[in-house]
Amino acid sequence: MTLLTPGWELTVGLEVHCELQTETKLFCSCANAFGEEPNTNVCPVCLGLPGSLPVLNRLAVEYAMRIGIALNCRVEPSIFHRKNYFYPDMPKDYQVSQYDSPINVDGFIELPAGTRVGIERAHLEEDTGKTSHMGGGGRIHDADYSLVDYNRAGVPLVEIVSRPDISSPDDARAYVSELRSILVASGASDGRMEEGSLRVDANVSVRRSGMVELGTRCEVKNMNSLRSLGRAIEYEALRQIGLLESGGRVVQETRHWNENEGRTSSLRSKEEAYDYRYFPEPDLVALSPESEWIDAVRDALPPMPNARRATLGALVLSSDPGLDEHALRDQIATVVDLGLDQLVSEAIGEGADGRLALARCANEAATRPDAARALDPRAFGVLIGLEAGGKISATQSKTVLLEMLDGSGEPLEIVKRLGFEGVDKIHLGAIIDQIIAANPAEWQRFVEGDEKVAQFLFGQVMRETKGNANGKLVAEAFHARKSG
Amino acid sequence: MSSTAMPDAMNAFEIAHAVRTGAVLARTVVMDALERIANQEQDLHCFNVVTEDVALAAADAVDATVARGEDPGPLAGVPVALKDNLCTRGIATTCSSKILEGWIPPYDATVVDRLRRAGAIVVGKTNLDEFAMGSSTENSAFGPSRNPWDHSRVPGGSSGGSAAAVAAGYVPLSLGSDTGGSIRQPASFCGVVGVKPTYGLVSRYGLIAFASSLDQIGPFATTVADAALLLESIGGHDSRDSTSLDGESVAVVDALELGVVGLRVGIIRDFLVDADDSVVSAVNAAAAALAVVGATVDEVAIPELMNGLAAYYLIAPAEASSNLSRYDGVRYGLRVDGPDVAAMNARTRAEGFGAEVKRRIMLGTYVLSAGYYDAYYAQAQRVRTLVAGAFNRAYERFDVLIGPTTPSVAFALGQKTEDPLAMYLSDLFTIPSNLAGHPAMSVPFALGEHGLPIGVQVFAPALKESVMFRVAHAIEAAQQTGCRAPVGLSRSTRS
Repeated sequence: MTLLTPGWELTVGLEVHCELQTETKLFCSCANAFGEEPNTNVCPVCLGLPGSLPVLNRLAVEYAMRIGIALNCRVEPSIFHRKNYFYPDMPKDYQVSQYDSPINVDGFIELPAGTRVGIERAHLEEDTGKTSHMGGGGRIHDADYSLVDYNRAGVPLVEIVSRPDISSPDDARAYVSELRSILVASGASDGRMEEGSLRVDANVSVRRSGMVELGTRCEVKNMNSLRSLGRAIEYEALRQIGLLESGGRVVQETRHWNENEGRTSSLRSKEEAYDYRYFPEPDLVALSPESEWIDAVRDALPPMPNARRATLGALVLSSDPGLDEHALRDQIATVVDLGLDQLVSEAIGEGADGRLALARCANEAATRPDAARALDPRAFGVLIGLEAGGKISATQSKTVLLEMLDGSGEPLEIVKRLGFEGVDKIHLGAIIDQIIAANPAEWQRFVEGDEKVAQFLFGQVMRETKGNANGKLVAEAFHARKSG
Repeated sequence: MSSTAMPDAMNAFEIAHAVRTGAVLARTVVMDALERIANQEQDLHCFNVVTEDVALAAADAVDATVARGEDPGPLAGVPVALKDNLCTRGIATTCSSKILEGWIPPYDATVVDRLRRAGAIVVGKTNLDEFAMGSSTENSAFGPSRNPWDHSRVPGGSSGGSAAAVAAGYVPLSLGSDTGGSIRQPASFCGVVGVKPTYGLVSRYGLIAFASSLDQIGPFATTVADAALLLESIGGHDSRDSTSLDGESVAVVDALELGVVGLRVGIIRDFLVDADDSVVSAVNAAAAALAVVGATVDEVAIPELMNGLAAYYLIAPAEASSNLSRYDGVRYGLRVDGPDVAAMNARTRAEGFGAEVKRRIMLGTYVLSAGYYDAYYAQAQRVRTLVAGAFNRAYERFDVLIGPTTPSVAFALGQKTEDPLAMYLSDLFTIPSNLAGHPAMSVPFALGEHGLPIGVQVFAPALKESVMFRVAHAIEAAQQTGCRAPVGLSRSTRS
């Protein structure tokens, strides 16, 4: 990510909409499911048919509380409001949401790098349906016609509003990434940005360094990946800086991020902004979870990613105190993010080498997280033991691990089947002798201390053994011959 | 025996008894009701639709149940009319609005479910002021209903069709909805009993919303006992309505005979100031009658109640403006096409809604707007709290309160259509109960100007329906001869 223009500060607040993975919708018993035939998971309530009434889903409330507690919020008595505006994919032409008394308030997230981002609120609301504009480039303005799918209407959402504590595109990405991990860890959401279960809007403003007052902000919508979030914020910040530096001013408005063009464009100005005419939803009663319920939710909450990262880091370090924890941070974050920390911990518990177990999980196992979470930690430990003990090479270890993820058996069986058992020391010695004999000039330079040629010689051995030799042992053997 | 013609002037209790014991066929009862409707409907226009085939099929089902020796329920074979803002599966439900043109609900309102389970027979959907907004039924997109007592007069509203259908003797029972008096005011105008239960006692599921925090479904009947029977059948908790009160069953029928000895009755003095002389006399006479049978009667001043009207005309339109947003032409009902979605929305609503509905949507949109919310909506909610508090203070001294239902007898068609405020004022005495969420009912008691009926209103604290019905029952026992529905059942064949 490029640095911002010197002399300017960026301020970002993020609004994240997170779909809860309840079985049913927020106010009716229709299935909360993604990707089904349009308008099949609908009923009078979620279609907003005349006379229908909402009944609050208890599990959605519980999930919202999980999120709030995981974000260090206070869970408070709350009420629902109606947010009124016309849109074809909103069945009642108002959205049931929470306004001035949300269920969760005043929390924070600790980012892996240590930055703390405040959470203003995390409130419950219902999702809208989905409109597809047909023809004319897919935007409403020049579409030939539009189709509406109400399957998503009434799906429970929690909207998480950060404080404007974010000051770079990287931090914005780190925030969403950490938030996503927390949501997944809480069990409340699958956190899938591509499927729209996680949607991010960014409030972006810039000011000259040292200014106290925040600049005029623009809300940027339609980022559907972490990458586009970072790009959109950067673009928008530079746009605003450019405007201000050329004597213009920023107009408060909502802007649309166009991924293909890599730019934002005006969606609607402040003047065109809706007056939502919020008022308390008379069809629902106040929501006051009793403290026993809140405590039970708190007690049942699994450890959150930051705690798990700390635990895993300490464990890996304890297995090898010489390690640099800082250098392992990304691997630890990946492993925790994918829910593989249990696998690593248990393998270490079985005596496996911590650094290797972590590396294999963060790299190879991470490509197949579902299968990896189902791995037998003991078998994984055995594999790490084989690699650590030099019985197999790193390359072989990776291959065996991928086979294990395919469910192809125990590590020892796989090693045997693939013929990885043995480029043993004697056999290896013969090959090395052969390579030295075939490359006398290179050998001479190696003996004289040329480390660059060492890689060439090692590579020859690897080629001869089809990659089956243990790299560490090869290096040891060459050096033994040199000094011998 | 069972094929003989239906006896005259049977109330709901009598019909249900006759049908359950096999003395009369439900089919006969329903045929009779349909015939009475056919005879007078041209003049009265109580119904938006008469569901003849559905009704006869339901009657046959009840008769088959009886034939099998099973019990079809406490309302077996009783013809019932439903206000056309109650959803009925497979039967058009219009709210007397063009905007719902062609919409057929895929589900039954909870009250409709319960009526069917009690053995009642739905014979049709009755006319109303569009979306229940009005006090005369003149705001119906399908033309006004007329008062059976005098066809040049309004039956009241918004449940005018349901009140008139009972008053005309079409059916012994009907359901209406009451947001600011829409059951009690037409009941008073038509000389029938009309009940607004405690908010939350009867499920609103399937009642097309006007103002959600005020709407409540309730019965019309010719007698207090019939109204009690109907209320018991439709009331009680419903998990589909979050505002439905938990665990409340409604036991009113058995309370009727308990009398009023020792009950403390307060006459709301403030309501007598703005009422016609004949109305004031009726209230005083009803109070005197209660004293005769053992109640203690006193006057009480509750001036806060007079602020109810102003608060109501902020809260109700505010909620309505939101509730009626969904009629946008996108999913159901009327659609008037336009060059884009916004134009389609606007054209559909311009053509689909009548003037009064538009007036209230605009009013409600305004009071909820940024910058006005606190001055209007929030202030009105504070007044609402004040009204409820004033009632509750009065109930520290009184078991029930009584007063007029309306300031006058039924007015003439067209008399108030040009002056919305005058129309609104006809709900002055009924609105406070909706704001408080308390029960209230109108009982026919006397005849006033032009020989038209006057209802006396009985008010009770939340969930004290049984006490309210006892008092209503005692008032009914003292009512002036001829003040109740002039026609009763089978008027055509009675005299």
